[in-house]
Amino acid sequence: MATQQTQRLARFLIAPSVILLLGWMLIPLAMTIWFSTLDYNLLSPGRAFVGLANFKYFFSDPAFLSSLGNTLLLVGSVLAITAVLGVLIALLLDQVFVGRQVVRLMLIAPFFIMPTVSALVWKNLLMHPVSGLLAWLWQVFGLQPVDWFTHYPMLAIILIVAWQWLPFSILILLTALQSKDEEQQEAALMDGAGAFDRFFHLTLPHLARPLTIVILIETIFLLTVFAEIYVTTGGGPGTQSTTLTYLIYSQALLQYDVGAASAGGLVAVVLANIAAIFLVRIIGKNLET
Amino acid sequence: MGRITLEGVRKDFDDTTVIHGADLEIEDGTFVVFVGPSGCGKTTLLRLIAGLEDVSGGRILIDGQDVTGTAPAKRGLSMVFQSYALYPHMSVRNNIAFGLKMARLPKDEIAERVARAAEILNLTQYLERRPGQLSGGQRQRVAIGRAIVREPKGFLFDEPLSNLDASLRVQMRLEVTRLQRQLKTTAVYVTHDQVEAMTMADQIVVLQGGRIEQVGSPLELYERPANVFVAGFIGSPRMNLLTGAVAQRHDCSTLGIRPEHIRVRHGRVGSEGNTESWVGQVMQAEHLGSDTFVYVDIPDIGSVNARCTGDLRVAAGDTVTLLPEAVRLHRFDTNHQAIR
Amino acid sequence: MARRSHTPQLIATTVLAWLVGLVIFFPILWMLLTSFKTEIDAFSSPPSFLFFDWTLENYAAVQARSNYLGFAWNSVVVALGSTLLAMVIAIPAAWAMAFSPTRRTRGILLWMLSTKMLPPVGVLVPIYLIYRDTGLLDSRLGLVIVLCLSNLPIMVWMLFNYFKDIPKDILEAARMDGASIGKEILYVLAPMALPGIASSLLLNVILAWNEAFWSLNLSSSQAAPLTAFIASYSSPEGLFWAKLSAASTMAIAPILVLGWFCQKQLVRGLTFGAVK
Repeated sequence: MATQQTQRLARFLIAPSVILLLGWMLIPLAMTIWFSTLDYNLLSPGRAFVGLANFKYFFSDPAFLSSLGNTLLLVGSVLAITAVLGVLIALLLDQVFVGRQVVRLMLIAPFFIMPTVSALVWKNLLMHPVSGLLAWLWQVFGLQPVDWFTHYPMLAIILIVAWQWLPFSILILLTALQSKDEEQQEAALMDGAGAFDRFFHLTLPHLARPLTIVILIETIFLLTVFAEIYVTTGGGPGTQSTTLTYLIYSQALLQYDVGAASAGGLVAVVLANIAAIFLVRIIGKNLET
Repeated sequence: MGRITLEGVRKDFDDTTVIHGADLEIEDGTFVVFVGPSGCGKTTLLRLIAGLEDVSGGRILIDGQDVTGTAPAKRGLSMVFQSYALYPHMSVRNNIAFGLKMARLPKDEIAERVARAAEILNLTQYLERRPGQLSGGQRQRVAIGRAIVREPKGFLFDEPLSNLDASLRVQMRLEVTRLQRQLKTTAVYVTHDQVEAMTMADQIVVLQGGRIEQVGSPLELYERPANVFVAGFIGSPRMNLLTGAVAQRHDCSTLGIRPEHIRVRHGRVGSEGNTESWVGQVMQAEHLGSDTFVYVDIPDIGSVNARCTGDLRVAAGDTVTLLPEAVRLHRFDTNHQAIR
Repeated sequence: MARRSHTPQLIATTVLAWLVGLVIFFPILWMLLTSFKTEIDAFSSPPSFLFFDWTLENYAAVQARSNYLGFAWNSVVVALGSTLLAMVIAIPAAWAMAFSPTRRTRGILLWMLSTKMLPPVGVLVPIYLIYRDTGLLDSRLGLVIVLCLSNLPIMVWMLFNYFKDIPKDILEAARMDGASIGKEILYVLAPMALPGIASSLLLNVILAWNEAFWSLNLSSSQAAPLTAFIASYSSPEGLFWAKLSAASTMAIAPILVLGWFCQKQLVRGLTFGAVK
């Protein structure tokens, strides 16, 4: 169908989306770059050009380094939890048992809950040190209830986010598992491979690609985790649970320091791009036009 | 009414030429088969005639009119696709009627034509079903129905039988040829199966590597292949093509003899007046009941396949004498062309 | 898998699977149960699991005490609006790329993908300032625009993949049958693409409804969708957990149901077709 006439029509049809996305990407980004070079605070007048001072400030701010650490901690832990548990639970779901559909629905559910609801449910109903369910559970075992958000804020956040993203990992790995080559498994059986061997040599390699995709996509989205922190700890106590995203937000909309926030924003963009490059390459390999 | 002419038709995909200047004349009402190995360009040529691909050079004429730049819909041809390409969301009736609807024919005429086509193809009881509810053979008939109902100048078939099982294929082969003869419409049929080609065609066009190797009736191609490729492609089992000393003895580069033109005798016997007589040991014997095919290893010549009747009890390991009929020998020169 | 299932293995697997499922699902279940308790029961320790006075007072209170329906309406408008707007822009683009691919098509698709990977926080400042200066702050239109652009790449990709799945020869058959491009789209392509379009629509509605970053930062009182509304429950105000549970249950229920229906589409959509 690639005749001259249809080519022109095609370009006309694609144009709106390309133009809009180009604008969406370039204009704000350009502004961010510009602002990052200014001493611009929404509360005080004047915007002086300060070059790279904002970056210097940002990098030397202890809050920045700790936020970077928290970000890496959050992303790394959630990735680890969702990858390992995801594989295990997907394997479990791949088996035959009674009520598969119902269990599947139960396992998928957390992903569809809006993050503010998830966070508040965990914060108030479960993790509340006085009347949360976990507090009661701890007491039943004779332990002192934990004030999660005060003493282990990052752990609490990691738990909430991992709970939300586990279904994503399970779904994708399960889909991949169910598309595995049955004949290959049977050939291995004939070759005398036991269940463990088949898992290591056939199933795991088959899962390597979807697992990579899960990890890459989760990384992109985990870098932008915001609502959970906003609603539970507000980045605290102090800055113990502040990630890079939250730090930038607080700079921008709480301290109104546009310059610093923009500098931080650019750092976030660079970080995200690293993961993005890999993801685009993998998806590109899969893409046939 | 359905004369199709190709003049120097060429097709390039990016930098590769897939059809190198094809010239062909298809007479009205004939059943022409394009045959050749995979990748020879037969489907591409069909799609060029249909208008689904643009030519890179040359002209295509239908009834003397240049249709090279015309859209498929306006060429007056119908196509039956290999995968049938039925509209899954429409009933059989609407599938068949679709083309007529596009042509804006009056409703009662559409109904009449659809009913007639359904009757010819035994589809009347399936008219309200969806393609998903039909078997392969039924779907194929719907595809044919969709094609015939438009009363086109020509039918184009793209390997329509290859998705059917063997027995259904034989049955449909007969139906398609019977239908074509009844409707007297020009048909261009693409297949890789030379048996289909031989049994269905008025004219066969053998293609290889984007070039037309030979055009002729089935028997012409069988009895007088123009080159080594056609000789080896037409006829089942394959013609024996021998090179070396035995070919030199006959003043050619390649000597061809079909298995069915070689007489088989037990043991070592005289030449019975034949120019050639080959003695060798049977490597393998395939017994089909009525016929037996023996693969004989002849020293200095190689492996030769010969056909004999099933009564002749030949087995692997036996020594036999092969007597090829002199008049049936085919000679080819160093350019693989036939020497007449 | 055509294996004989040994009964003891079946029982063990079933028990384990249900255990895992219930543990993961438990927070949602707990929230649901709490929504039917009185505030005293909700706060009590030890907590009661099933035997308490079931009541619907919380659901009634949510609407009486706050403008729940107003915020829900905001969610509906923003989710549907951004999705429909994205669809109008994405369908032609995906159609063109699927059926008239050029050498640039692949590059454009991958580039669109990369725009989705842009962390929103990177453009928070300029967007906020632009919105403030154009009056789009705290407006439904503003949220619709941002969410539309945010989800546009996913829309295009999903639609592209679904369009590509339509067998080319059925469209060619339509062309041979005499259909012009318009009729080809109307009679053949659109009906066959409908399931794919519906799936893309559903997924985007879900993503837009649950979106929190822009909803929290660009809205305050008027245009706040349910995401922001629930977040405002977070300041401690005394006993309010049962109502919070009721409000939350109402907020998530439609999306949970929708999500259960389109799991497969979710996998395809969020992995950009890399996992089917």
